[in-house]
Amino acid sequence: MTLKRISIFTLICLFCLGLTVSPAVAFKGTYKVGAVFSVTGPTSFLGDPEKKTAEMLVEEINNAGGINGNKLELIIYDTEGDATKANLAVKKLITQDKVCAVIGPSLSGTSLAVVPLAEKYETPLVSCAASYKIVFDDKTGKPYKWVFKTPQSDSMAVEAIYTRMQKVGINKVAIISDTSGYGASGRGELIRLAPKYKIEVVADEKYAPKDTDMTAQLTKIKGAAAQAIINWSVGPSQVTVLRNYRDLGMTVIPFYQSHGFGSRKNIELAAGAAENVFSPLGACNTPEALPADHPQKAVTMKYKQDYMAAYNEPVSSFGGHAWDALQMVVKALENVGCDRAAIRDFIENTKGFVGQHGIFNFSKDDHNGLTWEQSFNMIVVKDGDWALAD
Amino acid sequence: MEKITLAGQLFQYLITGLTVGSIYAMVAVGFNIIYNVTEIINFAQGEFVMLGGLIMVFFNVVVGLPLIAAFPATVILVTLVGVLLDRLAISPIRRPSVLTLIIATIAASILLKGAAMFIWGKNPYDLPAFSGRVPITVFGAVIQPQYFWVTGFLVVIVVILSIFFDRSIIGKAMSACADNPDAASLVGINVKQMILLAFAMSAAIGAVAGITMTPISLMEYDRGAMLAVKGFGAAILGGLGSFPGAILGGLIMGTIESFGAGLISSGYKDAFALIVLLIVLFFKPSGILGSIEISRIKRF
Repeated sequence: MTLKRISIFTLICLFCLGLTVSPAVAFKGTYKVGAVFSVTGPTSFLGDPEKKTAEMLVEEINNAGGINGNKLELIIYDTEGDATKANLAVKKLITQDKVCAVIGPSLSGTSLAVVPLAEKYETPLVSCAASYKIVFDDKTGKPYKWVFKTPQSDSMAVEAIYTRMQKVGINKVAIISDTSGYGASGRGELIRLAPKYKIEVVADEKYAPKDTDMTAQLTKIKGAAAQAIINWSVGPSQVTVLRNYRDLGMTVIPFYQSHGFGSRKNIELAAGAAENVFSPLGACNTPEALPADHPQKAVTMKYKQDYMAAYNEPVSSFGGHAWDALQMVVKALENVGCDRAAIRDFIENTKGFVGQHGIFNFSKDDHNGLTWEQSFNMIVVKDGDWALAD
Repeated sequence: MEKITLAGQLFQYLITGLTVGSIYAMVAVGFNIIYNVTEIINFAQGEFVMLGGLIMVFFNVVVGLPLIAAFPATVILVTLVGVLLDRLAISPIRRPSVLTLIIATIAASILLKGAAMFIWGKNPYDLPAFSGRVPITVFGAVIQPQYFWVTGFLVVIVVILSIFFDRSIIGKAMSACADNPDAASLVGINVKQMILLAFAMSAAIGAVAGITMTPISLMEYDRGAMLAVKGFGAAILGGLGSFPGAILGGLIMGTIESFGAGLISSGYKDAFALIVLLIVLFFKPSGILGSIEISRIKRF
């Protein structure tokens, strides 16, 4: 009796176990793709949505039968924003995990640290970081052979802002930026490109990323006769600076934020102070504001809804960069399979790829594939919501 | 918008400096309480401030308690965290030296920061201002009504603390623990209990600082470290252990930062405050209001 019971119990257990482990779809083989993001550490606000986005897409692809019947396996390593860890992770992905391609890292610093590895081991790498130096070798004046990137460069956001200023007749601007890498790099581009657009920088103020108050800097700008203010920072300081700007009664001066402003949370936190603030944003930040016939409307709306459903938090620009990078690699795998050289050639010749941040047209001279005109929309905050600026 | 005059600009720098400075001063006061009793620097002081802001957001915005109820609830909860910090991290150390205790507080600050990240995530949070957000204009300078709350609470806290430490028997007992813990326990003072009380009080003050500053500058999980550094600087500048010194130190730090940013260069504003701190320490190592005699008998 007991023996019978035990055997029935064992059978049931085995049955249940079988149910849970047996794959829903039988795959022919596995395509391995590596990912390195700063999932934890001070820059986790980049890596966290990137990882979540990539995992969501992999699940979606495998549930739909994988890539041509092959399972997509994503191997994610955390760099913690550290260049040495990024280097080790990419080396491991290429030499031990033998991945078809690598996406990431999240930061310009960590990306620059792994560019030599991608070149040495001849493995395609699609970075999710902004600096143009990741894909462009200043020494040879040509792009690196194996490296691509999906985010827009800072200079593109600056060109979008300056072009609009030229259109509305603004030629005296005040710059206020934080002292982080992001703020410093944006400030550098703002100053470098100003003469090209006949714009004079009349004030150049800075603050630390965790500062509680920027009234002093704004007061100085108030005395400088600027026709517009451009702020370049990420995190809560870009909201604090808006609140101080409103409190000081400066709202008659147009305010431009960088492309780091694209979170609805910022409008909410600014408590009304974000009204009429301009910002150049990628399509994925503001899918609702796009007209129905916009080429990116469908992909950005779907990503926004899927991400919200999966993680109950709004999408960010950064997750969008990972979306672009992974989908690009997936498209290559679909067409050429797991052949590193063929993937590289495929991405380099990709034209008209509709992504979250623009329509990518790669070429042998351009491994970013974006222009500011089609990767940024000038957005203005109207009635607490994003709207396209005319 | 009329063009701002130089006098108006200077006055705005002063106002801004004083208001930023009063936040630093409140953090500095928290440092001083624990220092006065234990002679250690509690590096989790900034985390008390952060917790004050974020727990207040929870009670006031998420739960929907009115300000008048959420305020004491937050202070009590953060005080409990302070008590737990002492009971779990400080009190169990068997042979406490100043250094091991300080390291324990550093560990606690990392733990609290991590816990806050798990609970609230990495986003900043806002609180409604206590009495509206319509700024008041004085001689061309703009003042947020919330600033009056910050300075008001600062004054109230310092007056209460000064009376407590100078007049009440418990306050005197607490000071005795710092001067000589062995002698204090010989005369019947429960040193461990006094340390517990010190942690509770400084956590409560940190909570008040966090609650009052969040409507101005938002609050997120990793704000504590920066506040601790500035508050520590203010405490040293004014003289460690002195409450009027903490206020003076905080206000001086804030004002120098603000004038430095406005008149010289905003990129180096943190450096100006540190240079002044170094100069003061060079001429008066015990801080502006600190007494050399007292600092000689301290272990740290």
